[in-house]
Amino acid sequence: MSKVEEQPASAPWLWVKLVIAAALWVAAYQYLEPLSGAVSYSLLGLDPASHLGSAVGFFLYDVPKILLLLSLIVFLVGIVRSFFTPERARKALGGRREGIGNVLAATLGIVTPFCSCSAVPLFLGFVESGVPLGVTFSFLISAPMVNEVALALLFGMFGWRVAALYVATGLGVAISAGWIIGRLHLERWVADWVYQVRMGEVQLLEGHQSWTDRIDYAVQAVRDIVGKVWPYVIAGIAVGAAIHGYVPEDFMAGIMGKSAWWSVPAAVLVGIPMYSNAAGIIPVVQALMEKGASLGTVLAFMMSVIALSLPEVIILRRVLKWQLIAVFLGVVGTGIIAVGYLFNAVL
Amino acid sequence: MNIKVLGSGCANCKKLEALVEEVVSEMDAAAEVQHVSDYKDIVRYGIMATPGLVIDGEVKSAGRIPSKAEITSWIVTVLSRG
Repeated sequence: MSKVEEQPASAPWLWVKLVIAAALWVAAYQYLEPLSGAVSYSLLGLDPASHLGSAVGFFLYDVPKILLLLSLIVFLVGIVRSFFTPERARKALGGRREGIGNVLAATLGIVTPFCSCSAVPLFLGFVESGVPLGVTFSFLISAPMVNEVALALLFGMFGWRVAALYVATGLGVAISAGWIIGRLHLERWVADWVYQVRMGEVQLLEGHQSWTDRIDYAVQAVRDIVGKVWPYVIAGIAVGAAIHGYVPEDFMAGIMGKSAWWSVPAAVLVGIPMYSNAAGIIPVVQALMEKGASLGTVLAFMMSVIALSLPEVIILRRVLKWQLIAVFLGVVGTGIIAVGYLFNAVL
Repeated sequence: MNIKVLGSGCANCKKLEALVEEVVSEMDAAAEVQHVSDYKDIVRYGIMATPGLVIDGEVKSAGRIPSKAEITSWIVTVLSRG
């Protein structure tokens, strides 16, 4: 893309604006707790120990906190992603062997801008240039699973340890599921027309080169993503707040606790047809955990909701025969179940 | 001039198509705007992310919605080329 003109003059102003934005962000984050507390308990006169007071306090603190974190993380991920494109990922993965290829693909899946609506042209582009099927799958599994919204919500509601666990195990599932699918040699279950497609020469559009471009791109990402998910954040936290305030302690222990062995596969099965973005589901799940659900079960449920969804299956059905869709769901689902049991056993 | 919006019915593809129509009618440019939704035709242009924008056979953007100013400047360039 030809950038029409360079804008050297505006660059210093951009940095000034960034610094101001960062300062405002830090200030807002600092004052969240006293401010939300003052509103809930002084202004509204609610008792922090009451059901209503604890639910409202939770809601008023968490909504702005999560929206702030979400904006920051989407911005930072946007900057990182401005360095990557699907075309570059394809180039890096072309002719790669399995194993290393799976690891690289799953990692690139995280940092490359991806929208499941583009899954088909991406799949065609990869397969056409000789990226092995299993390696392609590693990319297609990790790209939606480890995304900035999930990261921001996990970090905000569970802390960095759980967020890091999610990223690490998500990568693990993407790498191993892709590797297994590759080992099974299922190329015959790719839709026939895929191998007949003649792809044009892939264009390496030079996108965002200057820092001005990268920052513009990241700001646009914040607008798009936060603009889209904020209602889910509010709805999710509202449900979470209600659970927090009204549901008795240990209510979930019997259903989603460690002792219920069947809870992990059940959570994964329930999660597949559910399609919510991470923004709506993570606050609810966090509240459930407070009421006795175990981390492994909760993690498995979130992964299943986020990584395995009906809309994605419908999109992939255009390039895959149903047998391969079934294998895909089976292998990834099993991987997620394994993650669930692992954490229930270890923690 | 021939402008093609490449994309299979995603929300952003429809947005881009509307934006292009808007720019074309504002500029009063003699351009035909087409929507290409068949994947086989889309990948012929060598793009891996939708929506894509093609002006007179040349890929201008992929995987994002370009700004109004960008679209305008591309059209101006093609027009001035004659």
